[in-house]
Amino acid sequence: MGECRKLVSLIKRNTKYYFKDTFMFCMSLITPVILFVLFVTFLRNVYIDSFNQVFEKNNLTIAESIINGCAGAWLMSSILSVSAVTVAFCSNVVMINDKIEGNINDFTVSPVKGPTISIAYFVSNFFVTFIVLLVVMAIGHIYLACVGWYISVSDAFLIIVDIVCGILFGTLLAAVVESFVSTQGGLSAVSTLVSSMYGFICGAYMPISSFAEGLQNTLSLLPGTYGVGIMRHHYMNGYMQAFADEMRLQAVDETTISNIINGMRDSFDANLYFFGNEVPLGAMYGILLGTCTLLAVAFVGIVIIKNKRK
Amino acid sequence: MIIEIENLKKSFKDIKAVDDISFVVKEGELFAFLGVNGAGKSTTINIISGILKKDGGTVKICGYDIDSQPDKIKNVLGIVFQNSVLDKKMTVLDNLKSRAAMYGIFGTKFKSRLDEICELLDLNEILKRPVGKLSGGQKRRVDIARALFHNPKLLILDEPTTGLDPKTRITVWNIIDRLRKEQGLTVFLTTHYMEEAAEADYVVVLDSGKKAAEGTPHDLKTKYANDFIRLYGVTGEIRSILDKLQQENKIISFQTKRDYLEVELKSTSSATDIICAYPHIFKDYEVLKGNMDNVFLKVTGKDINEV
Repeated sequence: MGECRKLVSLIKRNTKYYFKDTFMFCMSLITPVILFVLFVTFLRNVYIDSFNQVFEKNNLTIAESIINGCAGAWLMSSILSVSAVTVAFCSNVVMINDKIEGNINDFTVSPVKGPTISIAYFVSNFFVTFIVLLVVMAIGHIYLACVGWYISVSDAFLIIVDIVCGILFGTLLAAVVESFVSTQGGLSAVSTLVSSMYGFICGAYMPISSFAEGLQNTLSLLPGTYGVGIMRHHYMNGYMQAFADEMRLQAVDETTISNIINGMRDSFDANLYFFGNEVPLGAMYGILLGTCTLLAVAFVGIVIIKNKRK
Repeated sequence: MIIEIENLKKSFKDIKAVDDISFVVKEGELFAFLGVNGAGKSTTINIISGILKKDGGTVKICGYDIDSQPDKIKNVLGIVFQNSVLDKKMTVLDNLKSRAAMYGIFGTKFKSRLDEICELLDLNEILKRPVGKLSGGQKRRVDIARALFHNPKLLILDEPTTGLDPKTRITVWNIIDRLRKEQGLTVFLTTHYMEEAAEADYVVVLDSGKKAAEGTPHDLKTKYANDFIRLYGVTGEIRSILDKLQQENKIISFQTKRDYLEVELKSTSSATDIICAYPHIFKDYEVLKGNMDNVFLKVTGKDINEV
């Protein structure tokens, strides 16, 4: 009980410490916001053209709001799934700062257990990343509401669940990797590396389906890919439904509708494949949460080893 | 005994930071650890406070063994680090609240202790200001408040006045003196300021991780530092008498300073002999006890002001 109150107090302190530094918050927010601006400015039209091509090929007319919204939803799923990891790496700055400035010693000399300190950093990083992602999500959803909102209440709720899963994966990965970092330079190097690479290796910036088969298979081995997959699924569900409804109004038969929708889901990674076999949504969650469990075990191991050495 | 340390050892790869040192600190004492940077002072403190693990030896604080009862030790000691380790962007109140929570001090218990500490260290006016915006002296007061919040029996001060201006140093020392007098607090001090060590009840001189000397400042000065006579109004006759005394091995040496001669004596009693033998040259003079600088120089072969 006593240790729990200490944990809660440490989490409060870490979270408050983070938000007291406006610069830190802005730095965490800046990557997703830049991605958002880049997508809207440059890539949005590319995806809108891709959707239009599909419908033009089948002589169909689809409401502009659905196509614009679908492109927006695709980019939101990319931004949020990438940011769940990149923001988690940047926001772990409280732990690194405490190491650099020696504040960690102030906790070490107190009767608080080492694992409590480590868990507090992890949990506060989770909260901070969640808050940053909620801000990004709010910006994105305002944009979607402007261009075309076709997301159901249940999907909107599941998107938040997906964000939580993604952040859990991101913060655990950051906790494991950054437990070996103790300098500002090290943190910058790791954050830069993750920010620049992660989006590509999890298929967030470019659909995995557009890559060569070998690369597709390699990326399907990485758990982050499924973090993007679940997000894509829930963001695009409503839009796929709206496309189908529009096609039904134009008397398109169900088989054609199903073929077109499935083709689009495949092209835009709402469906993911593991060596040619479609991965069900439940399995995607399983892989992601299974990886989180492994990372948690690694994190606990590191905490125990670090507390033994000194 | 508040601290009992026996055969303490700690190495970092090939460097022996603490090399088999033993000492005890009595309750209510002001104990000083004297040494240059790298002598092993901070390593010893880090071991006592649980930041570092020792390689060998035993450490007992208030009777608790550091290996088997570390949490009990953490509850009885407070530490003021050389550099402030409080959160600079956060207010004094937030800092004290978060640190007090680590000792299980919450709610009304926190409020009543906060009132006591604020009164003791005059913190009321700065309570809502960010620590980063405080002056050096105010920051030190907050550091001491943090260290004392859980009512420790032992206060460890790791070079508490390094980098502070003389006025602030006096303020910090007034606070420490008051705490010792009013609360009977035991203070373990590391310093490289000789004047601070000279005020201690007991001093241990560390050199390259080893204990080079120990004792009360008076004992150390008696054992390691020679006394001096300062003679003002220097004349040729005085010089020739001093030359003669040096040749007869009755004084160690003498040096010409700006407006006086400094005569290094073999012992305090030899001053009496010389004054009695040559009363006419002792018109304006003073007899000085050797200081801690001399002790340190003699014990370690290093001038602390130059290291």
